[in-house]
Amino acid sequence: MTRPLIACTLAAAIAAAALTPSSTTLALGNRPLSSATGGLLGSPGGSSALNAPEALLAQTLIAIAGAQFDIALAEIDKVLNQHPNFRLAHLVKGDLLMARARPISGIGAAPGAPADRIADLREEARARLVRHQQERPVNRVPSNLLQLTPDQKHVFVVDASKYTLYVFENDNGTPRYVADYYATIGRNGIEKLREGDKKTPLGVYHVTGNLPREQLTRTYGSLSELYGDGAFPINYPNEWDRRRGRTGHGIWLHGVPFDTYSRPPQASDGCVALTNEDLLAISRRVQVGVTPVIIAQGVDWVDADAAKSTRESLQRSLDEWRRDWESRDTERYLRHYSREFSSGKQDLAAWSQQKRSVNAGKSWIKVGIDGVSMFLYPGNDNLAVVTFSQDYASSNISNKMRKRQYWQRENGHWRIVHEGAA
Amino acid sequence: MTFKSAAARLAAIAVCIGLAAPVLAQGDELQEAQQLLKQGQTDRAMERVEQYLKSRPKDARGRFLRGILLTEQNKPAEAIRVFTELTQEYPELPEPYNNLAVLYASQGQYDKARSSLEMAIRTHPSYATAHENLGDIYAKMASQAYDKALQLDKNNQAAQTKLNLIKDLFTGAPRPPKVAVAKAEIPKPPAAAAKPAPTATPAPAAPAPAAAAKPAVAAKEPVKEPAKEPAKEPAKAAAPAGSGDSDAVLKTVEAWAAAWSANDVSGYLAHYAPGFRTPDGEPRAAWENERRARIAKPRKIEVRVEGAKVSFSDSNRATVTFRQHYHSNTFKASASKTLVMIRSGKQWLIQEENVGG
Repeated sequence: MTRPLIACTLAAAIAAAALTPSSTTLALGNRPLSSATGGLLGSPGGSSALNAPEALLAQTLIAIAGAQFDIALAEIDKVLNQHPNFRLAHLVKGDLLMARARPISGIGAAPGAPADRIADLREEARARLVRHQQERPVNRVPSNLLQLTPDQKHVFVVDASKYTLYVFENDNGTPRYVADYYATIGRNGIEKLREGDKKTPLGVYHVTGNLPREQLTRTYGSLSELYGDGAFPINYPNEWDRRRGRTGHGIWLHGVPFDTYSRPPQASDGCVALTNEDLLAISRRVQVGVTPVIIAQGVDWVDADAAKSTRESLQRSLDEWRRDWESRDTERYLRHYSREFSSGKQDLAAWSQQKRSVNAGKSWIKVGIDGVSMFLYPGNDNLAVVTFSQDYASSNISNKMRKRQYWQRENGHWRIVHEGAA
Repeated sequence: MTFKSAAARLAAIAVCIGLAAPVLAQGDELQEAQQLLKQGQTDRAMERVEQYLKSRPKDARGRFLRGILLTEQNKPAEAIRVFTELTQEYPELPEPYNNLAVLYASQGQYDKARSSLEMAIRTHPSYATAHENLGDIYAKMASQAYDKALQLDKNNQAAQTKLNLIKDLFTGAPRPPKVAVAKAEIPKPPAAAAKPAPTATPAPAAPAPAAAAKPAVAAKEPVKEPAKEPAKEPAKAAAPAGSGDSDAVLKTVEAWAAAWSANDVSGYLAHYAPGFRTPDGEPRAAWENERRARIAKPRKIEVRVEGAKVSFSDSNRATVTFRQHYHSNTFKASASKTLVMIRSGKQWLIQEENVGG
C-alpha cells in the first residue's frame, strides 16, 4: 500500500507551507513570506464567511496536512460544487486522487504539466493559505489612513505582499475593517516604473471611473472578457508618479475572465484583479472620483488613534499655509514650500515669482478649506497626500476647486512638494 | 481520441476477467459461446448464450457472459443493465462490479466507476484487478482535475505529453491481461486440481468453483491481501519440485530484472520463451519492438523484485508472483506481477507475464 507514503509527502508539503509560514518550502516554491506584522488583533479567519471558497480550500489543505484525505476530498468537492472554475481547487483534487493511484511528491503532481502553470497555482495555494491564517485587522487600521472626508464612505487598501485588498468603511471619521479579498497583482510584481513592465504601482490613488460589464463589452468588445464582471480605473500615474517619470496607463481594479474563479497571485499586466464575486461585492462601495485606493507593499497596522499626532501636525501646517496665504505676506506663504517643489509646470522659483506678482495686486484674500483627506504615502512615512476643497476669494478673483498637495516632512516640518488640481 | 482506445482496452480486459472464472465448467452451450467469443464470433456466441438463458433465465454465469458479449457488441447501456442486475442479486461477487466500473469508465463516468470498484473491493479486499482498475480510475480522475486546473489547450504540446503519460498509467505497457484469475491459482494448494491451462486462455486456471455463481468466494480464502507486502522469504512450493528448482527460478527472475534495469534489451528478451504468450496476442516481433523501445529509452530504470513466491504445477512449470517496483526517470509504478515460467533445458524461461496476482 502506497497511501501512507503519500500521506507523508503531500501532508509534509502542505504542513510546511501552511503551518510554518515564515520558513521557505520546496513544495510551494521558496519565495519568503513576510511574517505577519506585529500583533493584528481580531479573530482569525474573520472574513471566512465572505470568502467561503477560500476558507474551504484552506480547510482542505489543512486536512491534507493532517493526513485526513477523505475529509480533504469531501471539502474540495464542496468548493468545486460552489465554484466549478476554481482551478486551484481542481489541482488539489487532482493531487488527492492521484495520490491514490501512485505516490506524489507535493502540490501539483500533474505529470508533464507546464511548470509555470503549476508554479502559479502553488503560489495561489500559498497566498490563500497565508490569507486564511491571517488574523483580521479588527480595530486596527493601516497607518496610511490619516483622515477621510465625510463623503468618502469607504477606502480600499491593497497589500500587494499579501495579495489582499482590504475594505474599510468610514465610521464617523474612523476607518473600520469590513472585509478583505484575495487579489491578483502584476505578473512582475510591484513598483511600476514604465509602460508595459507588468508591475503594479505602489501609491495613493483614487477610483476615476466605473466600467460595468455592459460598458466593457460596448467599448472593448470580446477582448474585455479579461476584466470579468467590471472594472474601476484608478488615476495611475498620479502626480507623484509623473514627477518621478513613471509611465504607463490603464491600471484598473477589475474582475477575472469568466472561465476561471480566480487568477494566480501574480498574473495581471499591473492591474489589481479580484474574483468576479468579490469585484461585485466591492462595486457596491465604490464612489467614482471619491474612493481612495492605496496600494502598498506591506501594511503597517496601527491603532485607530495612532494617526492622531501625524494628522494634527499636518492639519496645523495646512492651517498655517492657508492663513499665510490670506495674510498676503508672500514670503511667509512661500516658506511652506519645499525647495524640491514642483507644480508639474513650475519649479519653486517660477512658482514664487508668480505668487509674488499675483498677490501684490490684491487688497484681500480669503481661503476656505473643507473636506480634507490625508494619506501617508506607501513606503514613505515622510510624504503625505492631502486633498481638499478650496474656496478662494480675493479682491479681484474667486474660484472653487478640489486641490491636492503632497507634503513632505523635512527636518520635522511639513513642506509642500507638489500642488495642483485634484 | 486516445481515451476511447484506452477505454476499449479496459473493456477487453473485462472480457478476460469475466471469462475466466465463471465459464469454465459450464454446459456445452456456454462453453461453445465462450469459444465463439474467443474466435471473435460475437453474434453467434450471443445466440448460444441466449439459448442457454432461455431455459435458465436467472443463471448468473450465462448472464455474466451475456454482459461481456453486449460489451463486445458495443452496447454499453444494455451491458450496464446486465451487470447492475448481477450486482444486485449477487452483491458478494466482485466481477460484475469490476465490469460495471470498466463500462462506466469507458463512458467517462469515473465517479460511478470508482464506487463500483470500491464495492468490488469491499466484497473482496484482495481483488487485485479491482485495485488496479481503481488506481487507474483515480489517475484518470486526477487527470481530469488537472486538466481543469491547468486549462490545458488540447493543442498544447505539454498538455499532450501529460495526457499521454497518464494514459500510460492507464493502459500501462506491462499490464495487459488483468487476469483476475491468475491470483486464484497461485497459492492454491495442490488439492484443488489447479490446472494452469496455459496454452488456451490467459491463465484461466482457477478451478471453476463448484457453486460457479460465486467465483469470488473461491478466490478469497487463498489470497491473503496480495497488495500488502508479501513475505520476505520466498515460499517453497508445496508442489513436487526440488528446492534447487525454486532457487533457479528466483535467480532467473532476478537476472531478468537486472537486465531490464541495465537497459540490456537482448539480455532481457533472452528470458522469454520462444512460445511466450504476448500480452495482447500481438506478433512476437511487434511485442519485442515495443519492449525494446521501452527498455532502451529511459535514461535510468530500476526494477526491483520483492517478496517473490514460487509454486510449481509440475516440475517443468513454475508460477512466480512478486511485487514489481518499477522506477525510471519518467515513470514510477509498483504492481503485483505473475510470471509463468517453463523449464527449457537448464534454464527457466518466461512463458506468460501478467500484472496482478
